[in-house]
Formats: sequence, C-alpha cells, structure tokens
Amino acid sequence: MLSPSSGNTVIKSKLISRRMFLLTAAKAVVLVGIVGRLVSLQINERTKYKTLSDKNRFREWKLAPERGVIKDFFDKEIASNKQVYQVHFIPENSKDIEKLFVRLKTILNITDKKLFFLKKVIAKQKPWEPIIISDNITWSEFSRLNLFLHELDGVKPVVSVARMYPDNSSAHILGYVSQVSAKDLQTKKYLKDLHVPGMTIGKTGLERKLDQEIIGSVGFQRYEVNAYGKRIKQIQVNEGQAGKSFKTTLDFEVQKFTSELLKDKAAAVCVMDVYNGDIISLVSSPTFEPNEFVHGLDKKYWNSLLKNEMRPLTNKTISGLYPPGSTIKTLVALSALENGVIKPLDTFRCKGKIELYGEKFHCWEKEGHGIVNLRKGIQRSCDVYFYEVARKLGVDRLSETAKKFGLGKKVLKDFVEERAGVVPDTKWKKKFIGQNWYLGETLHSGIGQGYFQSTPLQLCLMTAQIANGGFKIYPRILFDEKNNNLRDYIKHKNENPNEPLPTDLLVSNFDLKPLFKNQEHINLIKDAMFSSSNEPGGTSYRHRWENKKFTFAGKTGSSQIKRFTEAQREAEVKQESLPYKDRDHALFVAYAPYDDPKYAISVLVEHGGSGGKAAAPIAKKVIKKVLERHELRQRVNSLLGETI
Amino acid sequence: MFRTRSIQSSLSIKDKILSLDYILIFSIFILGLVSILAMYSTDGGELKYHTKSHILRFFIFFGMFLLLSFIQIRFWHSQSYLIYILFFILLLGVKYFGLTSSGSKRWLDLYFMNLQPSELMKVGLILFLAKYYHRISIENINQIRFLFLPIVVLIAPLILVATQPDLGTALLIAAGGLTVAWLAGVRVKFFAFSGLAFLALLPIAISFLKPYQKSRILTFLNPERDPLGAGYQIIQSKIAIGSGGLFGKGFLQGSQSYLDYLPEKHTDFIFTLFSEEFGFFGSLFILFLYAIIVWRIVKIGNITRSSFGKLYCYSFATAFFIYVVVNMMMVLGLLPIVGSPLPIMSYGGSSMMAIMLGLGIVMSCKVYKDTPVN
Repeated sequence: MLSPSSGNTVIKSKLISRRMFLLTAAKAVVLVGIVGRLVSLQINERTKYKTLSDKNRFREWKLAPERGVIKDFFDKEIASNKQVYQVHFIPENSKDIEKLFVRLKTILNITDKKLFFLKKVIAKQKPWEPIIISDNITWSEFSRLNLFLHELDGVKPVVSVARMYPDNSSAHILGYVSQVSAKDLQTKKYLKDLHVPGMTIGKTGLERKLDQEIIGSVGFQRYEVNAYGKRIKQIQVNEGQAGKSFKTTLDFEVQKFTSELLKDKAAAVCVMDVYNGDIISLVSSPTFEPNEFVHGLDKKYWNSLLKNEMRPLTNKTISGLYPPGSTIKTLVALSALENGVIKPLDTFRCKGKIELYGEKFHCWEKEGHGIVNLRKGIQRSCDVYFYEVARKLGVDRLSETAKKFGLGKKVLKDFVEERAGVVPDTKWKKKFIGQNWYLGETLHSGIGQGYFQSTPLQLCLMTAQIANGGFKIYPRILFDEKNNNLRDYIKHKNENPNEPLPTDLLVSNFDLKPLFKNQEHINLIKDAMFSSSNEPGGTSYRHRWENKKFTFAGKTGSSQIKRFTEAQREAEVKQESLPYKDRDHALFVAYAPYDDPKYAISVLVEHGGSGGKAAAPIAKKVIKKVLERHELRQRVNSLLGETI
Repeated sequence: MFRTRSIQSSLSIKDKILSLDYILIFSIFILGLVSILAMYSTDGGELKYHTKSHILRFFIFFGMFLLLSFIQIRFWHSQSYLIYILFFILLLGVKYFGLTSSGSKRWLDLYFMNLQPSELMKVGLILFLAKYYHRISIENINQIRFLFLPIVVLIAPLILVATQPDLGTALLIAAGGLTVAWLAGVRVKFFAFSGLAFLALLPIAISFLKPYQKSRILTFLNPERDPLGAGYQIIQSKIAIGSGGLFGKGFLQGSQSYLDYLPEKHTDFIFTLFSEEFGFFGSLFILFLYAIIVWRIVKIGNITRSSFGKLYCYSFATAFFIYVVVNMMMVLGLLPIVGSPLPIMSYGGSSMMAIMLGLGIVMSCKVYKDTPVN
C-alpha cells in the first residue's frame, strides 16, 4: 500500500513541479511586461501625462487687458479708459438657464433677440467659459443686479474698463475700437493668443495702427478644478499687462477748435510743423461718435452714418482724394524755374482764355489779367499764365517736382485707410489708361485739374516743404523725441547769417535732403504766396492778418467737379447757385508766420465753392489758434531738450 | 512513516509558531500597512469611513489568517468538498436573496457585513480541485470520465457568477480552477480543445454580454473612442500613473484622485492612486511585495510533501499572481476594465476574507508540511 502510493506521489510531485516551473516562467514574463509598461508610462511619457494631469487640474479664465491710452502733445488723454459695469455669466453654474434669463430680463434692459443670440453662443462653447451678457450697464442696473444676485446663479457682476473718447474732434485720426470679429481673428496673427471674449480692438486710424502694442497682454486666473469642473482653489492670478500708452504730436485744443469751425461742413484741415513734420491737427468733418462703437453699434446710428452724403466715416485728410486745383501752381512755377523754362520776370498776356487746337482754355477771370509775370500769376492765380508755363514745362517735369514734394504717395506709415493719390505723367497715362498723353491735358495739369488727385495732408506737406526753405521732412503723428536736423540747420544759419552754406555741405553736415536746385526759386514762390495773401488783388487778400505775428502766406484753389458749360460761363453763374453736389471743392494752403515760417496748413471744404471764400477764412482762424499756442508748445519741446 | 506521524502529532505550540513563514507574514503585514496609507489618501487625508473600515477588516482578517495557520492540513483536505459546496450554496443564495447594487446582484446581507460569495469561490474551487486531483492516480488524470467532475465544478459557479453579472470575477475563478487542472497534469490538448470551443462559443457569448460589457471591451481596444464615457476610466488612470513620474507627486498629493478624476479609487484603482503619489519606485515596491508573497507561497508548495498541499499552494500562488497582474494590467491600460480587486490593497471585505482564508490554508501547509493528508 505504501510503496505504490508513495511512488505515485513522487511521479505526481515531479509532474506538478515541472508544470509549475513553466507557470513561473510565464509569470516572470508577465511581470517584466508590467514593469515595462510602468517604465513607459512613468518614465518615458511622464511629461506628456504630467501635462495632461495639469490640464485636468487647472482651468484658466482669461482677463481682458486694459488698452493703453493715447495722449496729445500736452499729455492730455484723447483716447482714455473708463470704468464700466458688466454682467458676466458662467453657464455651468446655473441650474436653469431659461429661468435665469427670464429673471434677468426683469432686472436688466435686454432684448429677446440678444437673449436668443446669447443662448446660441452658450450652446457652442464649453459650459465653464464665461459669456458676457452685457458689457455696459448703467449704475442703477448694476446696483439692482447686485441686489438680486442671490437668486441669479452663475451671474457675475464685473467692474471692467473700456475705451472712452472724451471728445469726438479727433475721431478720424484716432479711429475707434470695436468687438473682435471672426475676420479679425483670421487676418490678425497677434490676436491668436490674445483673444478674450469681450475684448475690443482698433478698427481704424491710430487705434488700428497701434493695436498690437496698445492692446496689452492678457491676464489670467488659474484655478484648480475637480472632475466636475467645480473650482477648488485659485492657484495663480496674472493681472496681465495694460497696453503701452502713446503720445502723439496732436494738439487737442486745436483739434477741438478746428472741429468746431468745420461743424456743419464736409471739410478737412491739416496743420503741420514745417521743420520736424509734427502733425498738430488733423480734422475731418463731419465727425462721428467713436464711443458708440465700443459697446456694439446701434444699427440706426450706423445706417445714418452710411447714408450721410457728407461721408462722416471717411477721414478726408488722408483718404479723401481731390484735384489740388490752383494750389499746385506753386509747384508748377517752381518746377518751371528749376528747369529753366521761365525766368521770374517772363510775362504772358492773359485775355481770359487761350485756344489750343480749337479747344478753349479759360481763365477763372473772364476779363483776363492782362500782362502777368510769375509773382502776379500766383498772386492772382492766373490760369492762362499757368497754361503757358505748363505747356513749356511739359507734364513729365511737373510730375517729377510734384512727386519730390510728396504728392502721389502716402504721407504716413501704416494707416490702412490712407490713399496715395495720383500725379499723372505720360507714362502713367499709358499704363493706367492706355492712351497717349494730349497736350491739352498738360494745360489742365498745370492748374491742378484733370488726372491730379491728392489728399489734404499731401498738400499740407507740400506747403510745409516750401515754407521750410525746400527741405524734405517726414511727417509724424506719434511723438518722437529725436532731434531734428532741420532745426540744427536753422539754428546754425541764424547764428551765422552771413555764411552761405552750399547744398552739398548741408547734405553732409546736417543730413538734409534739399528738394531744390536753387534755393532762390523757393524764396520766389514763398514771396509770391505772400503777395497772394497780403497784397491787394491777391486771391485771399480779404482774409489776411494785419498782425505780423499771424501773417500767413497762402495759395487758394478750387477743384472743379463738373466742367462749366459755355452757357454757364456766359451767364456768369455763381458757385453758390449751383446744386451742392456740383459746386467746386474749396482749397487753401498756407504757412505762417510769413517772416519766420513755423506751421503749414491745408484746408479743404467739399463743394465749398472758391478757395478764397470758403477755405481761407477757416485757415485764418486756425492759424491764429495754432500760433497762439506756439509758445506753449515750444516750452514743452524745450523741456524735452529740443531747442530752436 | 510512523516516525513522521509521531513527529507531526508531537508538535508543540512553540514548534508550530516557530515553523510559521515569517517573511510571508511580514510581507503581508507591510502590504496591509501600505494599503491603509493608500486608503487614507483616497479619503482625502482624513480618517474617514473607508480608512477606518479597511483598517478594521485588515486586522480582523490578518488575525484570522494567523489562526487558520494552526488548523491541521488534514482538516482542509477532508472538508474541501464541503467547503466548496458551502460556497456554492452561498452563491445560489445570492441568486435568490442577493443584494442588487448598480445593476448586478453579488452580495449577501449578513447584517455585520455584505458577503460576496464569488470571492470565496476563488479559494473554494482551488481547494476542491486540489483534493480531487490529489485523490485520483496519475494514470486516470487524462481519462475523459475523470475530467467530467472538474468541468462541472468549474462551470457551475462560473455560470452563477457570470450571470450576476460579474464577468471579471467569473474569469478569475476559472483561472484558479484551470491552474489546478494544468498543474495536476491534464494534457495540453484538453486546454487547446476547450480554448477552441471557447473561441467557437465566443460570438454566442458576446450576444449574451450586456451593452456596458461590450462597450468596455471596445473601449479597451480604443480608449479615445469615447473619452468622457467608457474610455474615461482608462484614460484618467493612465494620466494618473504617468503623471506620477519617477518619484510620484507625494503622499496625499495625487491630484487626479484628490480632484475626483479617478474612478473607483478605493477598489479597482487603488494601485493607480498609489502609483500617482509614489511614482515608479513606489509601484516597483508594491510589485516587489507581491512577488515576495508569491515566491513564499511557491516555496511552501515546494517543501510540502502531499500532492494536495503542493497543488493547493502552487495553484493559489498562481491565482494570487493572476489577481494582482490582471488588476495592474487593467489600470495600466493593458487589459479591459473587468472589475477585479487588487488583493489586500483594495477596499472590500469579501476579497480580503477570501485572500486571508487562502493564505491561512497555505500557512497550514507550511506548519504541517510533513503530515500526510490521508
């Protein structure tokens, strides 16, 4: 009994042990597999899982940054920020959104349409993402909301800041801000990491040009949240950084004054420092209310802006294109002198019109100006004189001078709305119109009509570069402390009045770029402009300043919208009697004071009739205002180390 | 033979105590302490219900394990069938009087605890088959008529458990039973045939699966299929373990579990929590403890002279190992989520009771290693 049984047991034991050995080997393999998996998860991929774990753990709520302010030359804020009261809402914190909205409607002034829109947005985004129910509610609404807050789960009253413009006189050049659109997100790369619901961005003007820097950096609140999205604790707050503030060269007082002057007109005024190119004033009229854009525009207001035939949304100073009219005569004369086509005392006889190949070219003075030389030609703005000069000069040489003085290209940098205008020549016509140039067109160009197109700012720059003695300047609207070479030159010249400086020395010592061959020609033009404004018979004589301090030298212009018919000419139809849309644009450019030029101005009044009547009086008042504030401006300049 | 018998019967209490396997006891005790720490962490660092009850259970069943060690191996052998029948009756009891919780009927209400007989059956089946194969001679093992009973005792509880439904436990019970049969020498071709039969029946079995079970298998194959639904557990578990890194986030610092991202963190996913807080080295330590336990059980099997003892120890060691690795592979995303507790670590009285019962029998094999069972 014993031996078979024990033998059996031994065989059995051996079998069991053998099979157990196999199992143990299998176990070892599985164990290695598990360790391998641990190595892969906890060592090789630990960064990935750490990130995922943090993603689980933390949730961020972005905070909209405060936009930088824009100041004028005297540090007055012309685009600032104000406190606004807002209603934010986090959908996941509310049990019944429908009920909540019904309740909200009784507390706040919200339309059903808006609520419908909000519901659509809520359905699209994550339940913990806040949504802005209203970004600007009144104080009384805000306090009422706080009173009923305990029954409004998920609703958060928020005190935030929003753009505020203290005045609308600079609306065009500042531009406006508005909610980010889907298109903005696509086209503007810098918004990618920046976008926060409810944030506004610059859409036009400086706000748009400076957007990237002025917008600031987004802050965030980081919370630890549990698996159900409930905030456990705040981990980190980053307030973000308010955007950079900018100082401009604009003078808010002049802006306001000018804006008031232009009130009911479709007009534009530019004022520029003739030495450093600082833009003192840039006003386009009629203006609009930029504050209306910040919190979502009212449809009615928008439509009224679009329908207005005076085009309040257009910045006429840089986007408005007008034939320069007689204001171009300064450059025609200069170009002719520089090219040796005429001498200052060469004369032509003006009989009121000339004929060329059977086509009649009229002077604005039906009776004619008689014997006209350069000075008289500019003073009286004699068209026939300039027909003759232009015919001798030719359009290509004229266009070269005009381009040199800044016409036909953009004056400022990075303003999307700015337009370049047109300085025509034979090549241009061939390229863009596909035809050969006619001599008659040269005559039209000689009085700034025909294909010529320019912005008021270009005309202002042109005048400034004549006024400063014919040197190139670079207009700027953002304040820049950099010393101005032209100032150094003027200073040097004032200290050593008898030492003539050859042009090449100017270029090397002062890095100045003269726009002339002979500075005497520039002086002749300046003198002729003086006579136009200050001697009897001059086109703006009636609007001169007797006070030497304000005396300016200018040139009128009117750009024709519609050709006068022979019948109208015979009947001596006055501009005032024409329909508004058919009247000429009135132009006036000037610099002041005459004996020591400091500022250049250009004025445009759409359909204002003649420049002398409509534009010069405005210039006169603005010039006084600007010059009155000159010393104040100098004081700021000298505080900043700039001297003259 | 008489000599051995006399040696065995003359064992004094002192001899018995000295012959206990202290490395095994120590490892189990350390593992118990670790499990208490982990449980404390799942309670968010407070001594709350789960921790208290886990401590109580661990010490009660640990004591039970030590006491069971002194029960004669002969008793376990002679009562094996009875124990199996008792557990089977309990399983039947579940079918008719069981408590239903989250859609499945697994528990019997015993007033002082909710007993899950399927856990006990894990040990019961091994015990039954160890005795069965101990008794039949080696020539008969592969005879068809001697295969009949093992198949019946294997399939019967399996059906009861699988229909609770608790597929995971059913498979683990089967694993234990098959291990005994394998070790006893049942031919590979029987396993191959039954494997083929299983594959053939698989489509039919799948049609019996509940929708949630099907979705679990699909989810295992591609966890990102439904990251907020069925795949959620696997994904969150992998994130927790992976983010633990080399050294872990620190005790009570496991953000995944503390912020409730981790599902079932007391029970099936306790290893995940531990691994998140103690990292790769912590996980290795746990693996090491389990490896020691398995090693000691196998070692006891080696020195036990009876085939019953050997079969039981080897099978239990293997089953224990399978429980551990199935749970770990599940939380590591290597197996579908089937719902299997990690022995000793996981919260749950029945599992603790079954494991301690099993270990007690192992220890009695050690103490009475030279005693013939019949």
